[in-house]
Amino acid sequence: MSSTAMHQTDPRALLLVAGGAAFCLSCLQSLVVSGTGLALAAIFACVCAPDWRSLLKRLLLANLFVLFIWLTVPWTMPGTDILIIGPVHFSREGLLLAMGVTLKCNAILLIFLTLTADMGLLQMGCALQKLHMPVKLVFLLLFTYRYIHVIAEEWKKLQTAAALRGFMMQTSFHTYKTIGNMLGLTVINSITRSHRIYEAMLLRGFSGDFYLTTELKARRRDIIFVSSCFFVLACLLCADLYVTCCHV
Amino acid sequence: MSDSPLLSLNNISFGYTGSPLLFDGLDFTLTEGEQTGIHAPNGSGKTTLLRLAMGLEKAQSGTVLFQGSPVDSAQALHHLRCTVGFVLQNSDEQLFSSTVLEDVAFGPLNLGLKPQEARDRALETLESIGMAALAERPIHQLSGGEKKLVSIATVLSMRPKALLLDEPTTFLDEKSRGRIIRLLQEMGIGRVIVSHDRDFLRQTTVSLVTIKDGRIAPCSL
Repeated sequence: MSSTAMHQTDPRALLLVAGGAAFCLSCLQSLVVSGTGLALAAIFACVCAPDWRSLLKRLLLANLFVLFIWLTVPWTMPGTDILIIGPVHFSREGLLLAMGVTLKCNAILLIFLTLTADMGLLQMGCALQKLHMPVKLVFLLLFTYRYIHVIAEEWKKLQTAAALRGFMMQTSFHTYKTIGNMLGLTVINSITRSHRIYEAMLLRGFSGDFYLTTELKARRRDIIFVSSCFFVLACLLCADLYVTCCHV
Repeated sequence: MSDSPLLSLNNISFGYTGSPLLFDGLDFTLTEGEQTGIHAPNGSGKTTLLRLAMGLEKAQSGTVLFQGSPVDSAQALHHLRCTVGFVLQNSDEQLFSSTVLEDVAFGPLNLGLKPQEARDRALETLESIGMAALAERPIHQLSGGEKKLVSIATVLSMRPKALLLDEPTTFLDEKSRGRIIRLLQEMGIGRVIVSHDRDFLRQTTVSLVTIKDGRIAPCSL
């Protein structure tokens, strides 16, 4: 499946596969199977990802969170010590756990980024609604996308207004107080705006039901794509169960 | 133009909590096809008058009648809002969908049109105001003038009997202002326009009123 084919795939199919992959990969116990999952995800990304550079950049950013796991888990988890630095012990169990999390986390990220990175937010919202996700959550997602720019603009305006009166960021009480005031004002403005938006919706006949204009159609190839992906995921789960049981 | 009142506010008294009365015995009537401008100083209640008419504020006393019936239930209010369009001063508060097309189709969908019909109506409305090329554009990428025109389109797509416009030329440059004047001149439907821009009102309305001592008073164009 090329990146062009990915664009033509029903967004519901992409989200189903992404969600299913996240669930299955997070359930894996064995390091070997998790590694296989990551390898499969990398192959999938190689075939489908339209822009490798941007994908790796995003992956790298997300791995900053994984770094925190490496900085804490192996050093705090009780178990067989493999390294001792003063009062701090580096345990084998912690190392294995951190490795497992890293492998699974990167596999899930690769799958998600490959499948959803190029999906329009409106398309995603529509697909989520068609997959029977709570309508309020779907619209919260769409509204966040719409208004995050407006809130950012308001924040910039406040920053400019402050800068025009000679405000400069410093490590001082005055800076903290000013930033606090600006953040507070942004929140208040956002709340006021949300009331006005609700009024604007009422004025155009909104009565509590949300509708979307996009209509999605699942084709045979979408069903084949979802079935094949779920088959691979099921194989991974079975392999994990087998390896874990044999090991026990 | 028919003489039957479409929307009337009778003997309205209203004041915001903790503030003196803004209106005291105010009467205002809009007949079908009537084109009225309201030109009054800041703080006189121009926007509040429109908000009262659309049921966004509740009067302390007096009645709001729509097509002769009191607007005193949720159903009556819904009917009023589906028949009279209100264009807000700040377009960022009016446009809340992700794309232009989605926003213009929002009203028709609430009217009960099927998704495809709503899309067609939205596209038709955008074409009628020369904005069809922006249909798939995200709202945050529009200029101030484009946002204002799209705001008007969102209301026009509901095929309203009258339009209420709150300061439609605020923050607009001459070119965008000119486009809105031409659009309003081409539309035959009734309207109430609240504005500080006297020249704009002269070009887009037939009669002019002001708000004096909490009541509507005549004013010359």
